[in-house]
Amino acid sequence: MGAQYTEERIGLLLRLLPPAPVAWVRAAQELPAARRTFDDIVSRAEADIAFRDALAADLERTLERAGYEPSERTLSELRKLYADS
Amino acid sequence: MSRLSTLSDAELVNRCRAGDGEAWNELVERYSRYVYAIAIRGFRLSDEDAEDVFQDVFTRIYTRLDSLRDTAALRPWIAQLTRRRCLDAMSKSGRVQTVSDLGEEQGSTDMTEVEEAYAVREALAGLTETCQEILDRFFAQDQSYRTIANELDIPAGTIASRIARCLGKLRDELEGRKPASGGSRE
Repeated sequence: MGAQYTEERIGLLLRLLPPAPVAWVRAAQELPAARRTFDDIVSRAEADIAFRDALAADLERTLERAGYEPSERTLSELRKLYADS
Repeated sequence: MSRLSTLSDAELVNRCRAGDGEAWNELVERYSRYVYAIAIRGFRLSDEDAEDVFQDVFTRIYTRLDSLRDTAALRPWIAQLTRRRCLDAMSKSGRVQTVSDLGEEQGSTDMTEVEEAYAVREALAGLTETCQEILDRFFAQDQSYRTIANELDIPAGTIASRIARCLGKLRDELEGRKPASGGSRE
C-alpha cells in the first residue's frame, strides 16, 4: 500500500477533506438540545389547545413569551407543524 | 483535540446512546469532514444543498443511532445515509430524473477517493499534534506558510521543511497500515 503514497498523492488526499463550515458543525452539535426543545414544545402543544392555537397564530411571539429560544432549524420544523397548517 | 478523540467508534456510539453530550460533539467533529466531502466532492452539491444534507444526515444519525446494530460500523452507515440524502437532493434539484435512474453508484469514483482520504486522515492522527496541525492547515485549510507560522508560533522559514518532514512521517504511518476497508478507528 505504501508504494502508491507519494507525498504529492498524500497532499492531494489531505485536500479532499477540508473542514466543514464551523456554523454547520456547531448546529449539528447542538442537535440534542434542539431536539429536546422541539419535543418539549410539541408535548406542550398536544396537551394545551390554547398554546397550540397561539403557536398557529404567532409562532415566534408565543415561543418567546413561553421562554423558548429555538434555533432557526427548530423554528422551521415548528412552522411546518403549526404556522403553515 | 477532544478528550474523547481516542475512543473507538463503538465506544463513541455507546456513549452517545447513553446521552453523553460530549460524545455527540466528538462524533460530529469526527465525521463532519467526511459527510461534507461526500456532499461536495462525491456528489458535487451546491453549498445550499450540501448544508441541508449535512444537517439532515446528523439529525438522522442522532435520532436513529439506536437502530445501528453493529456499533463499529458507524462509518459505512454514515456513508450510506449521506449518499442517500445526496441522491435525494440531486433528484429534487432536477439533476437526475429519479433516484433509481442513478442508483447508489453515483459519484463512486470520487467516493473511492473520499474513502482513501479518510484513511489518510486516520493515519494523520498517529502523528504529533504539531505535524497534524501543520499538514491540515497547509493542505486541507489552504493556509499560507506565514499564517501557519503565526498561528502555531513557528518560524516561517521552517514551515516548508516541516511540511516535508511531516509528510514523510505520514507516509511511514500509512505504510504500516492496512488498506481502508470502511471500518472504524479501532
